[in-house]
Amino acid sequence: MSTLLEINNATLKFGGVVAVNDLTFSVDEGEVYAIVGPNGAGKSTVFNLISRFYDPYAGAITFDGHNLLDRNADAVADLGIARTFQNIELFDHATVLQNLLVGRHRHRNTNLVQEMLFTPKVRREEKRHREAVEEVIDFLDLQPYRDKMIAGLPYGVRKVVELGRALASGPRLLLLDEPASGLSVEETQDMRWWIDDIRKQMGITVLMVEHDMGLVSGVSDRVLALADGAKLAEGTPQQVQSDPAVIEAYLGAGAA
Amino acid sequence: MRIHFKTSYNHDIRLFPDRWSFLVYAILIVIAVVLPWVLDDFFLGEVTNVLIWAIAGLGLMLLTGQTGQASLGHAAFLALGCYSCIIFMEQGWPFLIAFPAAGILTGVVGTIIAIPAIRLHGIYLAIATIALSILADDIIVLMEPITDGVSGKFAPMITIFGIEIERWTTPDRFYWLVLAVTILCTLGYRNLLRSPLGRAFAAVRDSEVSASAMGVHIARTKAAAFGISCAITGLAGALMGFYAGAFNNETFSIVISITLLMMIVIGGLGSIHGAFFGAVVVAFLPQFLSMTKDFVGGGSVAIPGLETGVFGMILILFILFEPMGIYGRWMKIRIWFELFPFARKDMFKRQKSYLKTERLR
Repeated sequence: MSTLLEINNATLKFGGVVAVNDLTFSVDEGEVYAIVGPNGAGKSTVFNLISRFYDPYAGAITFDGHNLLDRNADAVADLGIARTFQNIELFDHATVLQNLLVGRHRHRNTNLVQEMLFTPKVRREEKRHREAVEEVIDFLDLQPYRDKMIAGLPYGVRKVVELGRALASGPRLLLLDEPASGLSVEETQDMRWWIDDIRKQMGITVLMVEHDMGLVSGVSDRVLALADGAKLAEGTPQQVQSDPAVIEAYLGAGAA
Repeated sequence: MRIHFKTSYNHDIRLFPDRWSFLVYAILIVIAVVLPWVLDDFFLGEVTNVLIWAIAGLGLMLLTGQTGQASLGHAAFLALGCYSCIIFMEQGWPFLIAFPAAGILTGVVGTIIAIPAIRLHGIYLAIATIALSILADDIIVLMEPITDGVSGKFAPMITIFGIEIERWTTPDRFYWLVLAVTILCTLGYRNLLRSPLGRAFAAVRDSEVSASAMGVHIARTKAAAFGISCAITGLAGALMGFYAGAFNNETFSIVISITLLMMIVIGGLGSIHGAFFGAVVVAFLPQFLSMTKDFVGGGSVAIPGLETGVFGMILILFILFEPMGIYGRWMKIRIWFELFPFARKDMFKRQKSYLKTERLR
């Protein structure tokens, strides 16, 4: 398997606080890679580095041979990197369908004038986007919510819509920031099957941050444990879970 | 209750959801077209005024309601559209070229001004754009050789293919011209809303962080919103100039900017209907007040600040009791009838929103 995402010696400081400290890891094409760690370990910060919301203090991030540091946040999406957010960042005053269609924005190939006149090309493109979105709706069972406003949806559905919006963009790499947080046991189980299917059926590489060790060990091929922004352990879920350094970070010295 | 049974994706793409709503709008347009034969010249002038305000409202609605960028500087763009159109015509350009050219010029200037302004958010952007409104006044005075400064300009006669159009002598033709521009602007607006750029506008409004994660270029999208908004506003400004007949540096004051913003809030932010409802309120309120005063018997005593006071009160009442504006109220009444007798009082209650993070800024 070839390497898709590579992070080399990335460091990020907020003033005196070192959020990510000389971190190096790589994600192979077609795998599910999970990042775990206690609160404040820098997991979400790593995501924000990849989606270019933060500039690293030092280090390099490459995706499929492209240097991500040359790009702005919107240009990262153009490469086929889609993400979800820990606290759900949907477009509240729009319908589910419109939210998913925004996911198709990177495939927009009509311009302002054509759209104002709504030329046949725009209509054709709209149908094409809609077809792609409908596939996602079928995949995630979102049919009952198609025309519902986000502002009125329950939390669990919003979480799925956000996953759908990321999938609608047709990504190669999917960044999931705590996909199971706030979900019930059944919803977490659904999420687990979806992540499995996303990898197996759609061939999308998944990088996720997750606290639920059940979900992590169930779906991921490799796990990276972070503490204080630095790598603690890396390996299969079993290896990481039994690593003395990881146990110490979570439970304190002497617990092992 | 009408149920839309959708059989193709075109259902969601086309302008009207069903034949019934197509019919309603068709009837509305027919009524609008035959209006000059029904109304006398005074009321026709008032309706023309409503339409011009509605175009200006559409311009600001695109920016504030759709993209979430407040602007108190739109009077400056009204002025730019007005002055440029009339100056172009004074150079001998025909109206059909001068009018769109004025819109495009205003749009381009709006985009250029937007590039530094869009770095600001919320109230700071509003304050920055106030400066524009104030500057416009001074710039018009300073550029006296072109703008005739304080003494002002007179709108020339509009000639389209030999047909002469003037506000006072041919109010019906002027009305039809304004109506045509209104319909075209509304159609363009509606087309934008159902295409990718319109959705990108809403995305920027609701969450800049996730919009950019989805590949929306935030600065470019905001600049586009500013540009289109200013272009539409410029067209409205040119029509306002023709409607007023004469204008100078004080015609497009900051009060116009504030009125415009209040108008779209009262009408209902984020909807095309809102711009029209708001325009009706703004344009008819002065007439309504003076008629009420005649009726009550206030005589010829002028009450200073009455109009502004009433307007302010209406705004406060709307923000307190109906934040969605007249359009929101209209929707509620419609849904109540459509669902009768199943509408519930709590159907429109806003659900508490979940924690939203702004810390990535």
